[in-house]
Amino acid sequence: MELINLGIKSIFIENMVFAYFLGMCSFLAVSKKVSTAFGLGLAVVFVLTITVPVNWLLNEYVLKEGALTWISADFAATDMTFLRFIMFIAVIAAMVQLVEMVVEKFAPSLYGSLGIFLPLIAVNCAILGSSLFMAQRDYTVAEATVFGFGSGFGFFLAIIALAAIREKLKYSNVPNGLKGLGITMLITGLMGMAFMSFMGISI
Amino acid sequence: MSTETIDKPVVKESEALLSKRRRKLISDPLNDDNPVTVQVLGICSALAVTTQMKPTLVMAISVIFVVVMSNLAISLLRNTIPSRVRIIVQLAVVATLVTLVSEFLKAFAYDMYKELSVFIGLIITNCIVMGRLEAFALGNKPYDSILDGFGSALGYAWIILAVAFFREIWGSGSVFGYKVFEEVFGANIATNGLMVSPVGAFIILGLIIWVQRTKTGYVEHN
Repeated sequence: MELINLGIKSIFIENMVFAYFLGMCSFLAVSKKVSTAFGLGLAVVFVLTITVPVNWLLNEYVLKEGALTWISADFAATDMTFLRFIMFIAVIAAMVQLVEMVVEKFAPSLYGSLGIFLPLIAVNCAILGSSLFMAQRDYTVAEATVFGFGSGFGFFLAIIALAAIREKLKYSNVPNGLKGLGITMLITGLMGMAFMSFMGISI
Repeated sequence: MSTETIDKPVVKESEALLSKRRRKLISDPLNDDNPVTVQVLGICSALAVTTQMKPTLVMAISVIFVVVMSNLAISLLRNTIPSRVRIIVQLAVVATLVTLVSEFLKAFAYDMYKELSVFIGLIITNCIVMGRLEAFALGNKPYDSILDGFGSALGYAWIILAVAFFREIWGSGSVFGYKVFEEVFGANIATNGLMVSPVGAFIILGLIIWVQRTKTGYVEHN
């Protein structure tokens, strides 16, 4: 029950895009067409669901204060949290590379459509952000997995919705200075308002 | 992302410390080629920390430090980095610098460190940093790279400070924590809670982009 609650919370209420502004760069850059947005969204869900639990393991058994006691009791006072950024980003970059190779080998057609987005994901702040939130909030491994998937799915929903709106927007007459980024920001604001109505929902 | 590669003529040996070309490196990103409003880079953190002026200022200074230092480091290393692994090398350099900033804040400004929480770490994935490294530092001399990084980070800084100014004054009725509304109008004036929420950030930034692009005459074509 707790897990379902956390899932809903991370998908709708604390949506990566609308509540924390994470992954905005690719959110704005890759939302011109629904099909490409769909590809990027899928890749993000995929990578997040893998990297958050992996980073959880890393945090729990290597980085946290006293995490290394499983090697020897001498390490009880060792605190390596200052290495968090470097370790997390390294895991993410390695995972993205791995996912890219696996997809290329076993699903060439999916690789063709995801293509350029996969390497881009390594520098998507939604991925690193989820791992950092996970470490900050002391989740268990099950919670971390659900949180990773939920955040990814929230991003997926948001980017597809925005892409659908922008496809329609092509036919409207927008003032010159507002074209492109400006109007997209305003639309994102309005979408954020809609997502605010999910606030307070819990099962 | 949508970074333009900058093609500048080869630097002559005896160039003034702040020649016209070098001044342009700093001044261009402030307005005509602003990283946030024109190149659409670094939006994530531009929005997340801007509810108050104070954390925004800290964030701006941190970003200036990271961009300038990483530009310098990559520019010095540019001839030794194999292009296949350059992304990893860049990430390692940036992550080290961000760790420095984070440890510094933890030691000397713990409240600020708590308030900014994960967003300091997210400077690593701020596209401005990677964008400048890819587009400029990999192909230019150290001094030019420092100037370029400084200009871009400054362009980012003034945009987030502007967003924070409007969000704080309308959302909490204050500037840098100083209650302006109470001073001017005496009584308590109702503030707009929407400005403190994420929605306010999107709308304010959208409007700033509109004003800025109308002034510079930049039009984006789909």
